[in-house]
Amino acid sequence: MKKKVSVILLCFMMVVSLFAMGGCGGSTPPAGSTQPPATQPAGTEAAGTGSLKPIAKEDLVVGFVYIGDIKDGGYNEGHDKGRLALEAEGIKCFYKENVPESSECETAIRELIDLGCNVIYTTSFGHMDSTLAVAKDFPEIYFGHATGYKTADNMCTYMGKVEQARYLTGIVAGMKTQTNKLGYVMAMPYAECIRGANAFTLGVRSVNPEATVEVMLVNSWTDVATAKQCAIELLNKGCDVIAQHHDATTPQLAAQDAGAFCVGYNVATPDVAPKAYLTSAMFNWSKFYVDNVHSIIEGTWGPHTYWEGLDAGWVAIDELSALCPEGAQAKVDEVQKAIIDGSFNIFGGEIKNQKGEVQAKDMTDEEVWNMEWFVEGVIANLS
Amino acid sequence: MEAYTSILLFLQVIAMLGTHVLFATLGGILCEKAGNLNLGLEGLMLLGASFSFYVALNFGNPWLALAAGCLASLAGSLIYAFLTISLRTNQVVTGLALTIFGTGVSSMLGKTMAGVSLPAQITATFGARSLPLLSKIPLLGPVLFQQSPFVPAAVATAILIYLFYTRTNIGLNTRIIGENPGAADASGINVTRYKYFNVLAGGLLCGVGGVYLSCVYAGIWQNELTAGAGWIAVAMVIFSIWNPLRAIAGAYLFGAVRGIGFKFQGGIPFLGMKLMVNAQILDMLPYITTILVLLFINLRKKKEYNPPASLGNSYFREDR
Repeated sequence: MKKKVSVILLCFMMVVSLFAMGGCGGSTPPAGSTQPPATQPAGTEAAGTGSLKPIAKEDLVVGFVYIGDIKDGGYNEGHDKGRLALEAEGIKCFYKENVPESSECETAIRELIDLGCNVIYTTSFGHMDSTLAVAKDFPEIYFGHATGYKTADNMCTYMGKVEQARYLTGIVAGMKTQTNKLGYVMAMPYAECIRGANAFTLGVRSVNPEATVEVMLVNSWTDVATAKQCAIELLNKGCDVIAQHHDATTPQLAAQDAGAFCVGYNVATPDVAPKAYLTSAMFNWSKFYVDNVHSIIEGTWGPHTYWEGLDAGWVAIDELSALCPEGAQAKVDEVQKAIIDGSFNIFGGEIKNQKGEVQAKDMTDEEVWNMEWFVEGVIANLS
Repeated sequence: MEAYTSILLFLQVIAMLGTHVLFATLGGILCEKAGNLNLGLEGLMLLGASFSFYVALNFGNPWLALAAGCLASLAGSLIYAFLTISLRTNQVVTGLALTIFGTGVSSMLGKTMAGVSLPAQITATFGARSLPLLSKIPLLGPVLFQQSPFVPAAVATAILIYLFYTRTNIGLNTRIIGENPGAADASGINVTRYKYFNVLAGGLLCGVGGVYLSCVYAGIWQNELTAGAGWIAVAMVIFSIWNPLRAIAGAYLFGAVRGIGFKFQGGIPFLGMKLMVNAQILDMLPYITTILVLLFINLRKKKEYNPPASLGNSYFREDR
């Protein structure tokens, strides 16, 4: 008897759910999403017109997709400062955090659109293809993707030339090291990370031609434990300054535990490892987000590839801590001024590869962007 | 001399990377010896890790943090114990549910503590330190006793549990329950009480493993910090053939394979050449090794390799 009742109930539920789905046109909000905001954007019904219209400030709803936690003291927190800057202007924002670089990203973007977002920013390299796929489905929604290289009519990409800031931190680290062995904890074997390690090494060797930079690969942007283990491995090999291109702050903790020094990344982190912290290579994503959103309001937005550096204020070096060697400040100021006024290109002149052969001269932006080889002084194997 | 130092450093890394797995494996052994298959180890570890980290951040007292981690994992295993022992639910499903529960609770609690590093008092108490006398022992001293106190504590716990099962009546009674609860009941052993004790003690050890992971090893909170260590522990219980002393070997094998991945990133020295290995393959090594080890254990059909005979079965007195 019980079985019969439950079968009937089940059939009833299935029929009801069929009707429910038909009624909503198949766009039932995914589980977990909250109530849509009162301000509905240009509805999804208008899809297919293909033209991007300027959006009034009060109608803007901006959605962010982060790969990690917004309070990670690193990359994601840096982007989230951009969201806070927009909210401070009274623009409504939503965000999704801890979104992996998988099909879950596409789901997250669609959920944000369901919430009413008409501008979407995705912030990790591996979010690229998901963003592009959704951008094609919603031609009237603005998309921006950080660190990638694919654009569409309604999708721009943006990235800071953080390697310029890294070069400056390299100067500090190169002056600080005693063992002439520096360590570099690197998240992924992508061009983005490789050019960062190269810039750091060039900075180190500009003041200390004897020094080498050994790279350890984490193979994850967020794994705190593995990042720390990579740093410990480098410290065990005798490195006394650890720099990082990874979103976790654990390499800085490892350096402090070992009595060594560290260079941070993404945001200023003097409180994480106060006994080891020298400085940090930082992004200022807010600059991009505020400018980009205003170009949407004014109707001047375009699917550009934005790549700006120290001169535009997109990246910066944190103020040097008291642990930095004497004279470092003066040297950093001098080089920073030269980079900003354009008289110095960090990838200018002859650039040698790991074997010591000259592989490039006065590299263009495009060559730097696609740089997939290490410069002289880097100890690393990427297979 | 330099080679000796680098070997010592590597052994230290092994002990560092294996300790939380060892705690969880011992926790799993305790449960399974009493006939309860616990697939919730991962969840229990995360409960211990998150609650201890939360208390460490907000109160700055290492002992309070340790207590919080233990209490959280005790509470988690109490749920499991009540469901599987008193209500006799399916142990596999209940264990899986416990993992999902622990993961969820820990990420909810973790929302407030990402990116913050631990207060100095915590690292001062739990961090690496040389124990008097013991640290002077050659080889063993630097590897075990110049580390966080959790590292030697894990090994000591393994030895104690071994003695418990082989040298005490209570331990023997527990083993009878795992093999044949009906016989144990008939001989006057309180099956329910023993099962509860073992499951709770096992959960507690998983919690300590979690405390080590968050408050000692990582030092920064991250979602799903354990990264599957609880599942590795489930496999290591089988690898150790339910022997706490072999669990030390199993956990340190995991640590070694994980540690060697970092060593080989610059290529494997082989006959004067350097063999390049893809970093992703190196990352897989611990997990591949676990699978191979399980295969090996299963292929060798020996009586001693069998799990406790009533593992995974609920005990109904009326069915006896």
